[in-house]
Amino acid sequence: MAIIKITDLVKKFPVGNGFFTALNQINLEFNKGEFAGLVGPSGSGKTTLLNIVGSLDTPTEGEVNVLGKSIGGLSHKQAAKLRNKHIGFIFQTYNLLPVYTVFENVEFSLLLQNMSGTMRKKAVMEALDWVGLTDKAKSKPSMLSGGESQRVAIARSMVKKPELVLADEPTANLDSKNSHHILQTMKNLNKELGVTFLFSTHDEKVMKYLNRIISLEDGRAVKDERMTSNSELSV
Amino acid sequence: MLALTLAFKNLIGAGLRTWLNVIVLSFAFVLMVFYNAMIDGWNRQGRNDTQDWEIGQGQYWHPEYDKYDPYTIQDAHQLISDDIQAMISGGELTPVLISQATMYPKGRMQAVVLKGVDPKQEILKLPTADLINVQDKTAAIIGKRMSENAHLKVGDAVLVRWRDNKGMFDAMEITIGAIFKTDVPSIDIGQMYLPIRVLQKMTSMTNEATFLVAGDNSSLDPITDWTFRDTDFLLADLDAMIQAKKGGGMVLSGMLLLIALLAIFDTQVLSIFRRQKEIGTYIALGMTRSQVVGLFTVEGGAHSILAALFGALYGIPLFLWLDTIGLNFGTSSGDAGITVAEIIYPYYSVGLIVTSLVFVVISATIVSYLPARKIAKMRPTDALKGKLQ
Repeated sequence: MAIIKITDLVKKFPVGNGFFTALNQINLEFNKGEFAGLVGPSGSGKTTLLNIVGSLDTPTEGEVNVLGKSIGGLSHKQAAKLRNKHIGFIFQTYNLLPVYTVFENVEFSLLLQNMSGTMRKKAVMEALDWVGLTDKAKSKPSMLSGGESQRVAIARSMVKKPELVLADEPTANLDSKNSHHILQTMKNLNKELGVTFLFSTHDEKVMKYLNRIISLEDGRAVKDERMTSNSELSV
Repeated sequence: MLALTLAFKNLIGAGLRTWLNVIVLSFAFVLMVFYNAMIDGWNRQGRNDTQDWEIGQGQYWHPEYDKYDPYTIQDAHQLISDDIQAMISGGELTPVLISQATMYPKGRMQAVVLKGVDPKQEILKLPTADLINVQDKTAAIIGKRMSENAHLKVGDAVLVRWRDNKGMFDAMEITIGAIFKTDVPSIDIGQMYLPIRVLQKMTSMTNEATFLVAGDNSSLDPITDWTFRDTDFLLADLDAMIQAKKGGGMVLSGMLLLIALLAIFDTQVLSIFRRQKEIGTYIALGMTRSQVVGLFTVEGGAHSILAALFGALYGIPLFLWLDTIGLNFGTSSGDAGITVAEIIYPYYSVGLIVTSLVFVVISATIVSYLPARKIAKMRPTDALKGKLQ
């Protein structure tokens, strides 16, 4: 069953007196449990597509349907609710909130859901356990390494048990060892919890883990490949 | 509640920047409370002293008497009826007779108001009993300012010339029997107090008075042929003066508050500029833009709560100390012509503290909201990249 359905998507940005077309006639579908990646050079439209799927942006033309909701028709409030409950984000620069501890960073989405304190604590510790950072719960982001920071970001995206996780260049700031660790963690979560992962990347290391690769060039999806067996790579 | 929790976490996390703002704002808050407490303390003391020394619980004036018009004094006197006399004997009222005169201390000519008062009265704090103690029947008491002004001391005799009820001049030497000290200059400067019987005799106004001062046990009921003036009327000048002082003081503390608010505004602008990625992250995590605007507004406004708490840390001990020792305005403080005690004790009311706090919180929240509105127009995708918008 498709949890993301993109039909004739066009995204244009105003530039000077004209428009720059970032995405042009994109038609894609993603099913539950996929571990897919958008690959392509800088400016090919990967991040723009992720942002639209994540309801952080809206299509100029066409239709993007995520978890049964049309992104173009959502109000700010509805889009925020969709992101808060059903979509997790992982960013290249981690985007951890600097004044909060690791625990509080992971807890943040649950606070917005008005979850009780006991349930929040349980969920946060479980998420930190997934990424192997329970001992860092009280640390501030400034005390973490890049790999640890990204694992916190993964825990933060996973703590609410979303249907979809969008990861924008998650390994771009990490060394090879940390990249593999991160990807393996995500792959495990994908398998264990059935969460759909959608990456944007041009990192070869990431591509080895993906079971589907969509190549973008100048805003167009030029290739859509499904891999057969690439999920158990060793670090 | 969530916004408040997050706001305080962000504020504390911001470290020195927050505390600098909080310190400046707390100064404004403490100064605002202190200044207004001083004015209120002055007001209370001024009103109490003026009531105790001059106006009592109100006054019954001869219908033609106007204390601002000296020309009315000549004719503003009438007989004290038996009913009024009974009230005077009962301690409800005390009569005062006024006559204009000229005195010649050390050969100089100086205008003076002669006031005939009952030496046995206990309604006013005026030490009229000193008039009983003095053996000389033509003795008078004067205030300290008057004595300094006219270079008169106890035992000095001064020539006084006045006109009786028919306009005839008369003159005699009056001995200064006692000098009193008061915070109320209006009963001191240019005034000389004589026993009312003496002044009635001097002016041929037997058993007459210009006004009657009501005491604590007076019913304050209307009295035929006398016009009642309540305390609000009689204290209107003092109230107006204090209100004017309050306004001036507000300008001072308002300027300090403005500096503090500018600092908060500046911090907010800088925060929104520097924390765009954080703003984008909040939105990505599921906050609406208006929630983020609310968070930043509460965060800025929360400076004022921290300022109040921080201000309380040093303000409460300072206020308690000042409440004990008061603030000495020096011996010449009353020479300005208004009632000012030598030592003023600030008066901190709950209303004053709550009003000041609400004012500071609202002001800080407004200046925090103004720059935070920009967040509502931000594109979350650009904010996530920390891109200038």
